[in-house]
Amino acid sequence: MDLSYTDEESAFQSEVRNFLAEKLSKQMSEKVRLGGDLTKADMDEWHSILNDKGWLAQNWPKAFGGAEWDAVQRHIYEEEAALANAPRIVPFGLSMLAPVLHKFGSKEQCDRWLPRILSGEDWWCQGYSEPGAGSDLASLKTRAVREGDHYIVNGQKTWTTLGQHANMIFCLVRTDVDVKQQEGISFLLIDMDTPGIEVRPIVLLDGGAEVNEVWFTDVKVPVANLVGEENKGWTYAKYLLTHERTNIAGVGFSNAGLQAVKRIAKSELSAGIPLIENPHFAARIAQVEIDLMAMSLSNLRIVSQAAKGGAPGLEASMLKVKGSIIRQEINDLARRAVGPYALPFASEAIEGANEAPFGPEYAAPVAAEYFNNRKLSIFGGSNEVQRQIIAKTTLGAMR
Amino acid sequence: MNFELTEERQMLQDTLRRFLADKYDVPTRNAILESESGMSAEIWSQLAELGIQGALFDEAQGGFGGAGFDIAVVFEELGRAGIVEPILETCIFGGGLIAALGNEAQKGLLESIIDGNTKIALAHSEPRSRYDLSRVETQYEDGKIKGHKSMAMGAPNADFVIISVRESGGNDDQNGISLFLVPAPDLDMRTTAVMGGGMAADIYLDGLSVSDDKRLGPKGSAFLYLETVFAKAITAICAQTLGGMETATKLTIDYLQTRKQFGKPIGTFQALQHRLSDMLIELEQARSAVIGAAGYLDADTHLRDRYVSAAKNLVGRAARLIAEEAIQMHGGIAMTQEYELAHIAKRVVMADHMFGDTDHHLERFIALSAV
Repeated sequence: MDLSYTDEESAFQSEVRNFLAEKLSKQMSEKVRLGGDLTKADMDEWHSILNDKGWLAQNWPKAFGGAEWDAVQRHIYEEEAALANAPRIVPFGLSMLAPVLHKFGSKEQCDRWLPRILSGEDWWCQGYSEPGAGSDLASLKTRAVREGDHYIVNGQKTWTTLGQHANMIFCLVRTDVDVKQQEGISFLLIDMDTPGIEVRPIVLLDGGAEVNEVWFTDVKVPVANLVGEENKGWTYAKYLLTHERTNIAGVGFSNAGLQAVKRIAKSELSAGIPLIENPHFAARIAQVEIDLMAMSLSNLRIVSQAAKGGAPGLEASMLKVKGSIIRQEINDLARRAVGPYALPFASEAIEGANEAPFGPEYAAPVAAEYFNNRKLSIFGGSNEVQRQIIAKTTLGAMR
Repeated sequence: MNFELTEERQMLQDTLRRFLADKYDVPTRNAILESESGMSAEIWSQLAELGIQGALFDEAQGGFGGAGFDIAVVFEELGRAGIVEPILETCIFGGGLIAALGNEAQKGLLESIIDGNTKIALAHSEPRSRYDLSRVETQYEDGKIKGHKSMAMGAPNADFVIISVRESGGNDDQNGISLFLVPAPDLDMRTTAVMGGGMAADIYLDGLSVSDDKRLGPKGSAFLYLETVFAKAITAICAQTLGGMETATKLTIDYLQTRKQFGKPIGTFQALQHRLSDMLIELEQARSAVIGAAGYLDADTHLRDRYVSAAKNLVGRAARLIAEEAIQMHGGIAMTQEYELAHIAKRVVMADHMFGDTDHHLERFIALSAV
């Protein structure tokens, strides 16, 4: 065991730091720091900067144009990027679809879709959840019926994050209704410009509209867009979820969030002294920092193990639960730290939302972030589902 | 970065785990707990034969380990088996201070510590010091020690006791603290068994004559060395508590799988499944906290102390959760002294009362964070 970086790892850390200092514009990092909504153009620009450096597809094999970073390198990037307030990498094409194509897609599919993910030609979104299928994902109902060279798709997906920007969606669809739920699901790639698709934004409680409903009415999808075998989609979906979860601890975000809380608590006064010196508040900060230090080591430990022995199962669930609890606690501290100036509500749905904020600039996003990040313990398999996975894996079959 | 144990440490772990599983079963331990000395001389020498004491010292000191991860590996296994013999007191405190500060004659004791022939204890805390490391009111003047040392772990079985005294400065000054290495039979002790295993003593020093040459290290400058051995001791007790928590969790898993109520194993009930999951999650957090403390034990003192206090705080919280949940999920059987969990639960909870509890180390972490 050795917790210090090797010379190569330290050199890599400097390289990441220098890269961020050079390539991340002040304008972009300020926008991220102040919790502003990034436009599609912002995200495309950042992806393109990373792609030019070869750092966009961090976990892809080199053969597909990826960086093939190990767990420690990914950790270093995540930590540095979060501290520099770099935009997050939009994961749908890069770290969700791509691993599935690498493993289960045909050569034609890899050759066709992977370069377009890197170049930004395609923006992917994820068609998993449905109004009646959340944590119980296998109960999904969106139907795909084969007719000659096409599937005809009917149904509705929901919580489709950044679907408003997407031109492609990967979907779980039901192709057999007469078998066990998990055995009748297929994995389809669907062009969002196909007639019969309608995207409707959902305004969330924080006032933002990052998620959507996607409706499918007699949508024709070429059979060539089926990934792997028909009715094997559940296997691919589970594989995707393990990749979705390896970064789910969100250690980088939590580190950056904690730094922000400390900065705020140094500026805010309580009883005439900086809030950070208030014993009760200082204790809450210290408690979550201690949890985060351990979490950060857990993350590295588990991700390096996973790199050697396949995708982590039970451990990923642990990271998800604890990681989301820590991030949500930090969001709560930020909300409390700003005091009354957490109150103004700037919704995209309300006129004049773009006017100058009330109070210090750091105050504007914190209440919205607090509410927005309630999603962390709900999506990707709710924390209760994760606890179920942990317990069932540990206890095994009982009778 | 690398998260794998070296081959040598894996062997040490396997050897010790097998030995304790074989020789330190529940009836054996329960008999030790009820014995007058509260420890087994036989186990003590067998541990020395296995090289466990030696694993806690580096080569220059006559051992073959002594690094943070040696400490973590050894104490995790000792904790897993719930062993109550005073290894921490003898090797980490006693041996650690003698190795760092002893003159040639005093250092002669190291060999017999490693061979299992000598046991040492540290008498540092006092009725008014609680967990403050620099608060020493016991005085050394004109060749006499005057004061009262409280809850000196391991002292009743020790051959020598290291006593901290103040030679100059105010009651909580870091400067002015010295150590004396005193033969245990010279001391007026009131001994007690400890909740969770082991023995401790209050030591009454009513003008005990101790010659100047019994001083361990230079006059008045022991504080930094105490800080260093306490960092090691905290790492050790956190690792020991981690091992205990692993046992408590394993016992709970076994019980959930086998105990039937309402016609089915209680592990099929979701209310219990989710609580088990939280135990497992906190266990992993505790494991990482121990790795952090062990991994930064030789770093600069600021970084070291942040990780050490973080570990003591986190492990203290996790131990309480796991002990309480394990008892609750077992139900009545966990309330009996005879059942294995009772000892383990007491041991991991009471570790919070040694070397600073969760609150103490949270405050210390805050103070360190402000720097």
